[in-house]
Amino acid sequence: MSADPTVEIAVSDDTTPSPPTDAAAPRRRPVPALLLLNIATVILGIGLWWALSLVGLQIPGPPEVVLAAIDLAASGILLQDIIASLLRVFTGFLLGTALAIPVGFLMGWYTWARGLLEPWVQFFRTIPPLAIIPLAIVLMGIGEQPKIFVIFLASFLACVISTFQGVVQVDKTLLNAARVLGAKDGTIFARVVVPASTPFILVGMRVGLGSAWATVVAAELIAAQQGLGYRMQQAQIYYDLPTIFVGILVIGIFGFVMDRTLLAVEARATQWQERR
Amino acid sequence: MTPTNTPVETTESRDLRKIQVRDITKHFTVAGERFEALGGVSLDVAENEFITVVGPSGCGKSTLMNILAGLEEPSSGTAIVDGTEVKGPSPERGVIFQQYALFPWLTVRDNVEFGLKTARVPSSERRERAQHFIDMVGLSDFADSLPKTLSGGMKQRCAIARAYAMNPSILLMDEPFGALDALTRVRMQEHLLQTWEQDKRTILFITHDVDEAAFLASRVVVMAAKPGRIHRIIDVDLPYPRTEQVRLSDEFTAIRNEIWTSVYHQ
Repeated sequence: MSADPTVEIAVSDDTTPSPPTDAAAPRRRPVPALLLLNIATVILGIGLWWALSLVGLQIPGPPEVVLAAIDLAASGILLQDIIASLLRVFTGFLLGTALAIPVGFLMGWYTWARGLLEPWVQFFRTIPPLAIIPLAIVLMGIGEQPKIFVIFLASFLACVISTFQGVVQVDKTLLNAARVLGAKDGTIFARVVVPASTPFILVGMRVGLGSAWATVVAAELIAAQQGLGYRMQQAQIYYDLPTIFVGILVIGIFGFVMDRTLLAVEARATQWQERR
Repeated sequence: MTPTNTPVETTESRDLRKIQVRDITKHFTVAGERFEALGGVSLDVAENEFITVVGPSGCGKSTLMNILAGLEEPSSGTAIVDGTEVKGPSPERGVIFQQYALFPWLTVRDNVEFGLKTARVPSSERRERAQHFIDMVGLSDFADSLPKTLSGGMKQRCAIARAYAMNPSILLMDEPFGALDALTRVRMQEHLLQTWEQDKRTILFITHDVDEAAFLASRVVVMAAKPGRIHRIIDVDLPYPRTEQVRLSDEFTAIRNEIWTSVYHQ
């Protein structure tokens, strides 16, 4: 990896020729300290929760919740609910993203598409997806469609805006650089606009997945026969607090894992970005 | 060895018709006000000549370059390169931008190969040509590095290799060293001259740095503003290769001072 000094002299290099390793190494925070603090705060939080449950607040403590979780898992209900919820999220999210990326590109690239579509996107963005549920249920019944539709809408709206912004912010100098290298519109689009807006698309996907997950649980609270939200709704009727807690924890853990996964994908795919 | 078609230099067969700029004007309307960026510019450049264009900001030097690159259209007049009128960009006319304009997601090698790929050059030839120019600008050790790991000077050398790889007959450079520190800039100037002497092209180099203009060019075009026009053309009768001795010589100082006066006391 070290630069050959003779080469540097031969071409009378810059004042600071840095070997790739130096500059490429991302500035990392001291990980161990941070991780320790993370672990400490989780333990502290659980301890606080336990203490509160013992002082007589009307909430179940960690042992009860763990037992309830084991019960639900053993009977297969938990897995069934998780699969039901995840299926809805992924179907809606994939459909939403698959439509959002081309539409976002159209809006960013062609003025006519922007003029026609942007008002609608901006309008629907101001409506919380959950507010669409009553309409969706009336029009589509209480099956899977209304839930998937609402998730689709939530992830579409989140992703389309950032894809569009990604295309708009592409550096004009890069477009000119491609043009003077002989690239025509199609090539410029595929080899400059798409990669340059990838970071924005990935951010949009992350936001989209987050809002899809939030939406599915809420949708299941309103109308479903299975799923994490449905299970919590049922538990509410029977005043089954441990099950509600299991639902909340599982939703949180899955949301966290999905977010981190996309974050890792994003970090990999946008390694080339200069970070300040 | 060199995959180019640069003809062997015929001494002083100066055909001034490599680039012909004819009465070019360019005006913009900004907020209802008409701004004359170029008010009738004519210029002839010889094959393989190194021309620098220097002038105060607002003299239209970048506009002139963009018109030659085909990135902007003149309001009137024509730019003729190799006997054909400029209409839109072409790989025949390489452009080096001040902001480097490297594709940050591509390695040095892939950046240099970008235009070749667009031109559907077969991959083995592409590799070979890219490697040749990467070696030429001294980035062999960094061929597989991403731009973010390079210093400003190295980025610009990569951009120069990328332009050279298209085998353009003309290189248009818009203040390419403007963002570099003084020492790096001097080294880049020497390096560019070395490259140019190894592999001659017609170069039109825009700068606001009088020293740079004098050191690089065989002719310095001094422009004036309001409206943008050519004020004077000054010959630099100093031999190539231009070394540090040339830079420190009295002759150089005299020419430099002449350009300075011409730029700042128009």
